Amino acid sequence: MTGKTVLEMRGITKDYSGNRVLKNVSFAVEEGEIHSLIGENGAGKSTLMNILFGMPVIHESGGFKGEVILDGRAVSISTPKEAMNLGIGMVHQEFVLLPGFNVLENVKLNRESTKPNPISRIFWGFGKTGKKLETLDYPTMKRDVRAALSSLSTSIDEMTPVRDLPVGHMQFVEIARELDKSKVRLLVLDEPTAVLTESEAETLLAAMRGLAAKGIAILFISHRLGEVASVSEHVTVMRDGEVAGRLTRGELDAGSMAEMMVGRRLAASERPARREAAADVILKVENLSVRMPGENVSDVSLEVRRGEILGIAGLAGQGKLGIANGVMGLYPAQGSVRKDGRPVPLNDAASAMAARMALVSEDRRGLGLLLDQSVEDNVTVRAMQAQGGFLRSFMGFSFADSAAIRAHTKKMIEALDIRCTGPAQRVRRLSGGNQQKVCIAGALTLSPDLLFVSEPTRGIDIGARELVLELLRRLNFERGVTVVVTSSELAELRSTCDRIVVVYRGQVQGIVPWDVSNVELGLLMAGEKKKEAA
Amino acid sequence: MDIPDGEKGFFTRTLRDFGMARSIIVCFLAFLLIQAFFLGLPMDQLLSSMLTRFGMNGILALAMIPTIQAGMGPNFALPLGIVCGLLGGTMAIEAGLRGWPSFLLALSLAVLLGGVAGWLYALLLNRIKGQEMTVGTYCGFSVVSLMCIFWTLAPYSEPEMIWAYGGTGLRNTISLAGWYEKILDNLWRVEVHGVVIPTGTLLCFLLACILMKAFLRSKTGIAMTAVGSNPRFAHAIGLRIDRYRTVASILSNALAAAGMLVYAQSFGFLQLYQAPLFMAFFAVASVLIGGASMNRITVANVLIGNFLFQSVLVVSMPVANLVFSDNMSEILRIVISNGIILYALTRKEARA
Ligand SMILES: Nc1ncnc2c1ncn2[C@@H]1O[C@H](COP(=O)(O)OP(=O)(O)OP(=O)(O)O)[C@@H](O)[C@H]1O
Ligand SMILES: [Mg+2]
Repeated sequence: MTGKTVLEMRGITKDYSGNRVLKNVSFAVEEGEIHSLIGENGAGKSTLMNILFGMPVIHESGGFKGEVILDGRAVSISTPKEAMNLGIGMVHQEFVLLPGFNVLENVKLNRESTKPNPISRIFWGFGKTGKKLETLDYPTMKRDVRAALSSLSTSIDEMTPVRDLPVGHMQFVEIARELDKSKVRLLVLDEPTAVLTESEAETLLAAMRGLAAKGIAILFISHRLGEVASVSEHVTVMRDGEVAGRLTRGELDAGSMAEMMVGRRLAASERPARREAAADVILKVENLSVRMPGENVSDVSLEVRRGEILGIAGLAGQGKLGIANGVMGLYPAQGSVRKDGRPVPLNDAASAMAARMALVSEDRRGLGLLLDQSVEDNVTVRAMQAQGGFLRSFMGFSFADSAAIRAHTKKMIEALDIRCTGPAQRVRRLSGGNQQKVCIAGALTLSPDLLFVSEPTRGIDIGARELVLELLRRLNFERGVTVVVTSSELAELRSTCDRIVVVYRGQVQGIVPWDVSNVELGLLMAGEKKKEAA
Repeated sequence: MDIPDGEKGFFTRTLRDFGMARSIIVCFLAFLLIQAFFLGLPMDQLLSSMLTRFGMNGILALAMIPTIQAGMGPNFALPLGIVCGLLGGTMAIEAGLRGWPSFLLALSLAVLLGGVAGWLYALLLNRIKGQEMTVGTYCGFSVVSLMCIFWTLAPYSEPEMIWAYGGTGLRNTISLAGWYEKILDNLWRVEVHGVVIPTGTLLCFLLACILMKAFLRSKTGIAMTAVGSNPRFAHAIGLRIDRYRTVASILSNALAAAGMLVYAQSFGFLQLYQAPLFMAFFAVASVLIGGASMNRITVANVLIGNFLFQSVLVVSMPVANLVFSDNMSEILRIVISNGIILYALTRKEARA
């Protein structure tokens, strides 16, 4: 660190159709520092970064007020391309990858290495035309991409189509793409660790430190305050679109950051007492294999007891996510699943829901939401289609019961503290964390007696995280709903679950009680040790 | 553009909410109307034709809603439904009925045939997801050509429909005078200061709009919209995607068939052979003017767009004929509608 300011954003104010989401926000980033932005869901972090990166959504909604100063010069960035030319790289909160293209192509798109060929030589004198006709230099590109990926310590095959990667790996590809841009001086990472397990996140944090040491400034957004405390030089805390405070290295502890974010003291979360689960089995899975790209499950057998909260843990790509998706009929599966003793046909989402099971998917934009529909439609559409809820019959036809939909959605908005302008707002306009809450509301509306939740708190701020976990516990305790939580965050599993299933290479590596030691859990996840029974 | 929108003037905000394209068209229409007035054109007649064309084209434009909502894009295969309407129309005449019985028989046959055609068309579309617009356009063109053969060979015998010199083969243009010409237009027809209001046709269109709106809030309609907005989501909640695409195709083509007859009764003629060729484009263009996109549309888009598009055509026709040479209207119509489609295709798809 040299103390030289790379970026300064001064007096940024932004409205989305009359709704002020940023109010006079200012902060500065120094060369080679990791500067974190934290704040509750909807505090305006992504919006601020979108402004910096010249995202079209900003200009389509009327631009912003304030100054962006790069190296002491005021700049006006109106497209991502201009941002890139100024040396800004950005990994968005939501993926920006072409699913049909492979990893290499995604990293290199539009910045391909080329070598001349006879035809391009002929056109050599014609400026860009010659360059455009050159042959793609695959060996060089492969080397670059490998280098970028290995600086993140991952071993993703660069020829796999991105669509077949697990979400965690997509994140690495996104970061690799930014790292591969040679001129990057300022890297924006919007919740890059949200989709990673703790150990993967560690790898990424290490990579970030390495980059910072090379003089690249990093703007880091995360809801995991532990990470923030461990990597940041400075932290800017946002609340409701304003800067609520600034902290430097020495003052970073999770408690004070949380307090500043939320504006009140948070009760430390303690694991509440749990009652014994009944002995009887609500779900019996035998020899389940699931073909889910990047999260294959091969031959899993497992019993879920009625009334328990069961955790599923495992590293990314080991198949922990495949189990819930297979049981719920979302990916091709084989094997046998019995719910309450009755067989549930596989590969059929409708019968899985008819068996009173529901899923909160880890892939909220892909599977969990109708982005261009209203909050209320998103909350109620599952229950309406699968169970005939929220309908009114008129002359033999079923119509949506708008009053019931509205009333129910309002209840959900309140219960989950969804920050939106109202039930009619389009889900696309919500912040990432609030979209996640809408997904959860939708699954809860099915009133299942067995609820699968995958990565329930991904992208959710700490206040809301406690709320969501508390909600799961309450659902379990008060209504007797059995819950299966699949998560990359061990702390979350520990504070919620009764037993934890560890998945390794698509199989059950072990089933352990919640209070097992970290070491043992780590060994199981790494496939070092096998353990049955719990 | 560095001003947050909360602080912009009323005018700018309205402009953005209403859409740039639509605002321009509204201004253009106002300009044309003023021109027409100063050129001394008969305003009462102009207003009458604006109303009539609004009513007669309405259902054809409405037929775009199901396919767009189901994620199949605008129904460029509209001629498929349209020829079913023509079939129904000619068959009712062939049956020898006149007046209401004739029109109602035509309408029922048309809807039935249109539904069947829509179902068959869905079988095709469900195999080529993602290319509905291209395939639809070609399908529409092919069907029109195929039907050209049919119209010449079909064993119709009603002398008013076949060529005057006898034999087989239907005429290019069949007059509906005496059968069901203006049967809806003249239903509760009112005249105010020389402006003719074709109440029946308008009511018929509005009724169709209300039914469509209700359908979109029905269980099936909501499922269809879900399928269109996010097929993976729809699959995850247990909806059968092909089924709802089929429903959309059936509805759209049945509407097109019915819409064709409403159009024909008002126009006074059934136009066969090449006539349906470009009708899809006009319908697509009008809903796009109304603010629909390739994957999102409301009944309001149809109402606004249909009114603006048809009115511009009605008013520009005589104005252009006075100012420029003759026969500008058809050219204008094609230029405007294709221009709008181009504009909509190049516009960013997912506007947040
Ligand atoms: N395209 C949009 N149109 C209208 N409002 C929007 C749009 N995008 C975001 N907002 C609103 O702006 C506010 C800030 O959203 P933003 O995405 O910046 O939050 P965030 O701090 O990144 O939250 P999260 O941690 O949940 O990702 C929210 O209230 C959100 O509803
Ligand atoms: Mg965000």
